[in-house]
Amino acid sequence: MSIPGSAPPGVPIIKLSNLIKQFGRFAALRGVDAEFVAGKFHAILGDNGAGKTTLLRALAGLAHPTRGTISIFGKTPNEACREIGYMAHPSLLYDEMSGMENLRYFARLYEIHGDSRCEQVIRSVGLDPELSRPVGKYSQGMRQRMSLARAILHDPKIVLLDEPFSNVDVHSAREMVGSLKGMRDAGKTIFVVTHQSSLLEGVADEFVWMQAGQIVDRTSPRASGVRAEQM
Amino acid sequence: MSSFWSITLATLAKDIRLEWRSKDALNAMLFFSLLVVVIFMFSFDPLAEESRHIVGGLVWVAFLFAAVVALNQTWARELRNQVLDAYRVSPASANSLFLAKALGNFILVSLLEALMAPLFVVFYNLRPLGPAWQLIPVALLGTWALVVNGTFFAAMSLRTRSRELMLPLLLFPVSIPAVISMVAATTNILTGEDSAHFYIVLLLTYDVVFTTACLALFETVLQAE
Repeated sequence: MSIPGSAPPGVPIIKLSNLIKQFGRFAALRGVDAEFVAGKFHAILGDNGAGKTTLLRALAGLAHPTRGTISIFGKTPNEACREIGYMAHPSLLYDEMSGMENLRYFARLYEIHGDSRCEQVIRSVGLDPELSRPVGKYSQGMRQRMSLARAILHDPKIVLLDEPFSNVDVHSAREMVGSLKGMRDAGKTIFVVTHQSSLLEGVADEFVWMQAGQIVDRTSPRASGVRAEQM
Repeated sequence: MSSFWSITLATLAKDIRLEWRSKDALNAMLFFSLLVVVIFMFSFDPLAEESRHIVGGLVWVAFLFAAVVALNQTWARELRNQVLDAYRVSPASANSLFLAKALGNFILVSLLEALMAPLFVVFYNLRPLGPAWQLIPVALLGTWALVVNGTFFAAMSLRTRSRELMLPLLLFPVSIPAVISMVAATTNILTGEDSAHFYIVLLLTYDVVFTTACLALFETVLQAE
């Protein structure tokens, strides 16, 4: 499915060329070369320390490449920031404010005015915009969902999610997967870093396997299902 | 209103709301300043004439140390849950964030000064012999000098291991010209012995130079890993 105003189907919207990211002497990414087309659901899998989170942070513009380039719609990640939604492992929310207050503030950063978009996006992740409780008093599952709401608030074309299902019960996780599937069906490109690949069976279009800072395999869900069991 | 100012005001309003709910910085600053006033009063027990000569230094040193508490708090809340990353991935200008933080600290420290000033007057039996109205520009320019550099250096020390120690180490040496000007101007106004005009102009120049420098460099500080 194509996205209005973006690349036609089959044309890569994200290009990584010899991407290297070093932290001191440690190379978290070691020459990643990859292209990703629009409207696909990519699950990024791998052991701890494989470079999954660093890859996601690099795509979000939070980790600047030591060498190599990242092109998103022909721009750098920072230039393309309006097209990118990023959900990190921490919530990226103010614990002392309610969900609605948080989203109202982040909406202003994207020049979104009025409450309607905030209310709509909170409802889309299965929460109540009227909830006045501060985010710090939410359950982990609610916090993850509110964090997802923040990431998709500005209707980005690319959604980057780092461990969205960690510490979330299976029911909530399946609901989140349903929301993500809906977004993919609406034409968004989704990247999910997770250790719970079984949740994405039948939903993800591609499983991207990382090891020691490199993409070592890109497989269809059926093939990777076998591999997931082997891990 | 332009997007820049709209984001600046939204961030400022958010910070004021968070501080109002927690009162972390304000309470800590108030207690610290109150202790300084009381301890020094009992230590020196100065006469009115002596007070006019020492209070300038005392006031500004108390406010400088108290401001450090607020400055550390400003960025600490952005580190919890890594909320700063949410700002960094947005298209919002780095300088909007910087100005909002600096203005927030300015409001907080000014509030502290407004609350503490009557106590200094009462405890130290102060009657300015010079033009008292000049204390207002000295307070405004002096406070901005403290918070603009303080906000910048607090952001710089954000990712260091002992950031609460690092901030005073970075901030105090850079603030020496401003502190000297604030103390000298306040003393001149209180004693009426000399004009404070030169020091007010010096403070104004300091503020312009350092505000410009901080705005020019803040994006680099914010995007640093």
